[in-house]
Amino acid sequence: MSEELETLFKQMAQSIIDGDSDISVELAQKSIEMNIPPLDAITKGFVVGVNYIGDQFGLGEAFLPELVMAGEAMKAAVATLEPELLKLGEARETMGKVVLATVEGDIHEIGKTLVGTMLSASGFEVTDLGVDQPADKIIGKAIEIGASIVGMSALLTTTMVRQREVIEEMDKEGLRPKIKVMVGGAPITREWATKIKADGYSEDAVGAVKLAKDLVGKGDA
Amino acid sequence: MSHKTIKTISDPKLKLEVLTKEEVQKIHEATLHIIQTTGIRFPSKRALEIWEAHGADVNYEKKIIRAKPQLIEDALKTCPPKYVLAARDPQQDLPLDGNHVCLGTDGCGVEVIDIETKEKRTSVLQDVRDIARVADATNEVAFHWVPVSAQDTPTEARGLHEIKAVWENSTKHVQTESIYNVHEAKAAVEMAEILAGGKDNLRERPVISMMQCTAPPLGHDGGSLDAALIAAEAGIPTGFMTMSACLTTGPATLAGTLTVGNAEVIAATALLQLAYPGAPVFYAAAQTSSDPRTGAYTGGGPEDFLFGAATNVLSDFYNIPLSMGSFATGAKEPNWQAGLEGSLSTFMASVVMSDMLLGCGFLHGSRIWSYAEMMMDCEIFSIIHKMMQGIVVDEETLALDAIAAVGPGGHYLAQKHTRNHMRELFMPQFLDRRPYTQWEEKGDDARDWALNKARKILKEHQPDPLDEKISKEFERIIKLVEKK
Ligand code: B12
Repeated sequence: MSEELETLFKQMAQSIIDGDSDISVELAQKSIEMNIPPLDAITKGFVVGVNYIGDQFGLGEAFLPELVMAGEAMKAAVATLEPELLKLGEARETMGKVVLATVEGDIHEIGKTLVGTMLSASGFEVTDLGVDQPADKIIGKAIEIGASIVGMSALLTTTMVRQREVIEEMDKEGLRPKIKVMVGGAPITREWATKIKADGYSEDAVGAVKLAKDLVGKGDA
Repeated sequence: MSHKTIKTISDPKLKLEVLTKEEVQKIHEATLHIIQTTGIRFPSKRALEIWEAHGADVNYEKKIIRAKPQLIEDALKTCPPKYVLAARDPQQDLPLDGNHVCLGTDGCGVEVIDIETKEKRTSVLQDVRDIARVADATNEVAFHWVPVSAQDTPTEARGLHEIKAVWENSTKHVQTESIYNVHEAKAAVEMAEILAGGKDNLRERPVISMMQCTAPPLGHDGGSLDAALIAAEAGIPTGFMTMSACLTTGPATLAGTLTVGNAEVIAATALLQLAYPGAPVFYAAAQTSSDPRTGAYTGGGPEDFLFGAATNVLSDFYNIPLSMGSFATGAKEPNWQAGLEGSLSTFMASVVMSDMLLGCGFLHGSRIWSYAEMMMDCEIFSIIHKMMQGIVVDEETLALDAIAAVGPGGHYLAQKHTRNHMRELFMPQFLDRRPYTQWEEKGDDARDWALNKARKILKEHQPDPLDEKISKEFERIIKLVEKK
């Protein structure tokens, strides 16, 4: 690897660590001009930064806002490289596609967003539908993007029943076990998850990543 | 009001200045600036129409309103500064007049540590009844929040089953945060009218009050807004609670989070006044800081304690009563952390004379109800109640005669002055002052004593029953909602 290239990859990683979307986009553009294969820019450059922040977060050294900003910078860089990837007919290999939502009638957002952030940082391609999402929206999106996992958040005892409704609907449409379902939120327990026949449950975002990896059969990744 | 049965903090001798006048003015101006420029989300057709009718700039697509400072300030002028939270037993009415701090139970929990088995389990309707009955018997609990969710009742009418259960098991005032849709709000008003004896009587003596959460940052929930408007129309005291949290739903700085939350509460309060001028309203808040490492809800820590003291300064500025989150803790069992967070949060909220404190009994970030925790929280409140009386200095308390009689050396145990005043000293129920060996032998502590006290109350205490005819009426109303 040329010295110039090595420096560029290092700068890319650093832009993610700094959570600086402007610089990460600038570097992505520069790599296109330099005819660097977009997949290289991602895996040898930007992803190194994401992994570093992820590790630091796991160690309790990095704070949540740093993780979120790293995620945003990564997203921006990948979006810049996406057209090049498409031209080459290449696809970035991800851990899997996840549709994430807080169920209908429920506006609690933070926990779900955190789960999404952590999943993205761990290599999943996350489509976050937001809060107050009815079953048909969640299921429709999962079919549309060919998701391997649907994740549902519910923080209210009055809305946790919606998780069951979505699962029942998915079963009716024969979407499972191909699409796995994971659930979470303040009143959700392992017993509840078992009762509604979800494929998994986690009490926090770190556990959600481990769970998602298990569900897509990449538990040791 | 009778202080015979309810212990409220009044005529405080301690003071604390957490924000200066100039600082409050700055927060107020920043708040108005936010409402005018960034705007606040009101996802309710009814709310947006009210704003438009009063000249606010309304974006129906984004459901965001922007209002000039004058509109907000004028609207807030019609808030009544004082009113009463009525109880089924008029002797237990609570004056919200700036000179009383009233403790409530915490609310809307999802699990209970069973009073007999001590195992953690899902909360049910019987828990709502039992907790109400225990709270009814204590002097410290002045009013109820619906403590836990009755998860064995149908979701469409759960909030109604809950208030019925509390009314049937206590004569104290009931406040709920579990009614956040039109159907249930209308039915709750109807139930309250029956209990108060008619629409006009309910206005006079609101036997229920309602709390709605804002949706930080700078937003509201549509169901909550519609429910609040229905309550305000009926003269039921209504409050909006901000729970904005540093890092996630609020800026990382305390002043920033205070201001964001203030904008949410003030805008919604103004809405209620525009719709129903003079409707009784209160400010409610439980701001906190998210954990920087995980984003977890903390419900405790120094930021919470400061918010606890600062918010009443804001609500005083607007001249409306405050309901302040206190006793919140992230502790998983009644322990050091629970005692620390409960004491400091409640002290800070009390020393500035927050009108309502919410509330005792919870663990694990407002999720798990514990009777032992409830009883120990009550003792913390009693200690703070005592501290707030401060030190009285007068001829009698200086005790010069007794001092002269004892002289240098000797003791005060045999002095009349001592006998006259000794019962003013605080008598704890749950502080361990036993000899070491006794503690060693028994191996028990405050948690056991507190739990036993709750068990005894539950076995023995029978509150004045609610008229059966009224219960039947309640049932009929609830059935109708369930059928919808
Ligand atoms: C903050 C908060 C709010 C905020 C939310 C702000 C926002 N923008 O998100 C606001 C103020 C809007 C709010 C509103 C209400 N709230 Co609220 N709220 C909370 C609180 C205090 C913390 C939630 C939170 O953000 N935690 C921090 C995050 C990081 O944790 P988390 O959400 O649990 O998520 C983690 C895990 O659960 C898990 N997870 C979450 N989702 C998923 C999904 C998957 C797939 C997986 C695997 C894992 C997973 O991983 C996450 C990250 O570690 C909880 C109490 C609590 N301790 O949970 C009450 C709580 C959930 N709320 C409650 C209530 C009652 C309400 C209201 C109904 C009040 C009202 N009357 O208006 C409204 C609801 C309106 C509605 N229609 O939804 C009750 C629910 C009780 C019940 N019996 O149902 C609780 C328990 C508090 C209480 N005792 O009163 N609330």
